[in-house]
Amino acid sequence: MPTKVLIVDDEKDFLDIMAERMSARSMDVSTTTSAEKALKMVLKKDYDAVIMDLMMPEMDGFKALKLFRETRPDVPIILLTGDVTADKCSEAIKLGALDVIEKPADLNLLTQKIKDAKARKQKISKP
Amino acid sequence: MGVKPDIIAETGLQFFGRISASISHEIKNVLAIVNENAGLLEDYSIMAEEGMPLDPARLKKMASTVMNQVSRADEITKNMNRLAHTIDDTIATVELDEIIELFMALTARFAAMRAVKVELRLPASPLKITTAPFYLMNLLWLCLEFSMSASGDEKRVELVVQETENGVRIRFRRLAGLSAALLETFPSDREKNLLALLTAALTTEPEREEVVLRLSKNIGVI
Repeated sequence: MPTKVLIVDDEKDFLDIMAERMSARSMDVSTTTSAEKALKMVLKKDYDAVIMDLMMPEMDGFKALKLFRETRPDVPIILLTGDVTADKCSEAIKLGALDVIEKPADLNLLTQKIKDAKARKQKISKP
Repeated sequence: MGVKPDIIAETGLQFFGRISASISHEIKNVLAIVNENAGLLEDYSIMAEEGMPLDPARLKKMASTVMNQVSRADEITKNMNRLAHTIDDTIATVELDEIIELFMALTARFAAMRAVKVELRLPASPLKITTAPFYLMNLLWLCLEFSMSASGDEKRVELVVQETENGVRIRFRRLAGLSAALLETFPSDREKNLLALLTAALTTEPEREEVVLRLSKNIGVI
């Protein structure tokens, strides 16, 4: 079964190209430019991982992380952001992010992180 | 320690730091898109080696995306360069509309992050003033940051620049959420020190839902 991934980023060009490249790697990719929409999407579909930017209009990644943890604590979240500082990384991990990856990212590394996230999720849901 | 930090220098560095962080984040976004386009080109090369034909329309679209992102990065770095040069001369005679347009470009992302729409209304004819451009932008930033927090549910700020008999008036209007509670902390010492440096005055008018900054056309010698 293909890995189901949701990418949340306010850069439309980035979303389009990531969707194309990840789909070519046999992933089932959904995208959205808003964290609010993403919160609704995770309630409708069982994603194996959410890839999310930290700096987004209306709702930033930290606030979104808290809400994701409340609504779908089982879905692993990987932050993919250009705004990486030690403080922000540790805050994100504290809020439940599985990992923080800096933009621009190596897609092979990101793909591996997604596979790890999926395996972790499956392990937790089937003890 | 015993050394008291210079509040104007500290406020200026904080402003420069916030703008620089925002710019670097935006450039990272540009690099990420360029990086993924390069990656996609690599993916296509591998597919072509395996016998899959290349789609010229798709390649053209990728080239166009990269060119757009290069233009975007060029604009961002030009603005950063202009900001950096505003501190070359502490006091300079400048076109006020150019300074304010630069300020708007540099702070657009902050407004977008807060989902606040900032509208600018400049006077019909250009306005020259002798001021401290960097510190003026710093003060405008503090006023805009406050105005965005006071924009209420409307999430809209109108920035109106008007020439007056003795100087310039910059109005931050439509502040539907301008409350007494917010005004307890504004203007703070940061704004007050910049106001003194720029020979400027600031009034808050909750009943008219606006903050008004009055500037002298010539701040003279500090």
